[in-house]
Amino acid sequence: MRKVLIANRGEIARRIIRTCRAQGVATVAVFSEADRDLPFVREADEAVHIGPPPVPHSYLNVEAIIAAARETGADAVHPGYGLLSENAAFARRCRDEGLVFIGPSPEVIAQMGDKLTARRVMREAGVPVVPGCEDPVNTPDEAAKVAAGIGYPVMLKASAGGGGIGMQVCRDEAELRQAYQSARGRAKAYFGSDAMYVEAYVESPRHIEVQIAGDAHGTVIHLLERECSIQRRHQKVLEESPSPFLDELARQRLCEAAVTAARAVGYTGVGTVEFIMDGKKNFYFLEMNTRLQVEHPVTEEMTGLDLVALQLEIARGNALPVAQAEVRALRHAIELRVYAEDPVTFLPSPGTITFYRPPQMDGVRVDDGVETGTQVTPFYDPMIAKVIVSGTNREEAIRRAQEAMRQFEVTGIKTNIPFLLEVLGDEAFRRGAYTTRFVEERKEKTT
Amino acid sequence: MKNVTASMAGTVINVLVQAGDQVNAGQDVVVLESMKMEVPIQAEADGKVAEVKVHVGDFVNDGDVILVLE
Repeated sequence: MRKVLIANRGEIARRIIRTCRAQGVATVAVFSEADRDLPFVREADEAVHIGPPPVPHSYLNVEAIIAAARETGADAVHPGYGLLSENAAFARRCRDEGLVFIGPSPEVIAQMGDKLTARRVMREAGVPVVPGCEDPVNTPDEAAKVAAGIGYPVMLKASAGGGGIGMQVCRDEAELRQAYQSARGRAKAYFGSDAMYVEAYVESPRHIEVQIAGDAHGTVIHLLERECSIQRRHQKVLEESPSPFLDELARQRLCEAAVTAARAVGYTGVGTVEFIMDGKKNFYFLEMNTRLQVEHPVTEEMTGLDLVALQLEIARGNALPVAQAEVRALRHAIELRVYAEDPVTFLPSPGTITFYRPPQMDGVRVDDGVETGTQVTPFYDPMIAKVIVSGTNREEAIRRAQEAMRQFEVTGIKTNIPFLLEVLGDEAFRRGAYTTRFVEERKEKTT
Repeated sequence: MKNVTASMAGTVINVLVQAGDQVNAGQDVVVLESMKMEVPIQAEADGKVAEVKVHVGDFVNDGDVILVLE
């Protein structure tokens, strides 16, 4: 592997360039017209313009990306996260073109990309899944029958759904029958498919995920967990590791389940197994992300490992350079996602950054994609930076996070920094006693 | 004549009214997509739609006129 094309943008493109450079691997950036002046374009060894700003014409434009790889003589493609990273057809196309796709096989991506298939595979492997139907339901009667078998409350979901759209909690049969009609209409409008399924509603849910890594020789290890329950609009805002909610026994069971899940599909690469955990520490498989995660630096700062370096080693066909016994939580790490958005309404705030100065402190890492003068455009995700703090314990990490947020200067656009400071100062957050309902509950308290 | 303007830059993904429709203050008239999020734009006053200035797929900037009310 001598030259890697990065089929992504912004902070994650810069992050991948950093590790490639340290290993003497050349990099190729691809960019849309809107991103011409961004730091990642300058920092790559070569950069290729692939199209106009909207993603279907640029970052999702498979033909333009493959042509850029051919033109520059790249021998591998790193997809980053989002965009084409979990697109099995793209992974297959790379393979057909003789390019190394830095990620799992197209077959595994496809298998994990379909929710019901993933559920079935995990259940057969002995990984707990949320009790629910194995096939989509097609009528309110079918839904009610499944729900009666599970017991109320239940969650009604669109089979093709995502991002929380088409999801509804139903406390009894009347609610379910009512929800069914409207949820099915929405699912059809948003996803083009009205297949619905019913599963048990998990009370006091926490979203905890496990980082795993598997090599081509069949070795699979876990890199401990990440606590990701602080979310707004079903999107993560703050992640931390270790999780303040887990005890050693629960941690061990969770991490072992993640390894079982990865082995069940013959996983090669780094990946994440997402679980939902209830107040009694029962946990269930949610989904598997077959790529590098936005919040991977939490694991890096906790363990001292470089996950992009692991990806490159695995893609070269080498054995994992680290053994399970060597993976330890050396520090407590917290990641704060800085979004270009209103801190109260969470509405997007595109615009030009007139001044930008990220915090510079011990124990603080900043992965960002912008600088003073950058135009934050409406075409892409609102995340402009990730601030990852670490300390010898959780209290120290929180203190550093507060200091880092106070030092962070961004003008010209709105950011969620005031909101992140509120979270860090929140009493329930400081006790580590929070669920995925944290942001909602805070809103209810203040209004 | 009153204008409804875009409150942020984005792409028009849905136009919910047409010329001749009566709209009320606070009613969603157009949906924009900005930063991967759907942002509904509301009419600020009651009125009858005289003209819709945008189409699905159009890109609008903050302050651009979306529709004209009588």
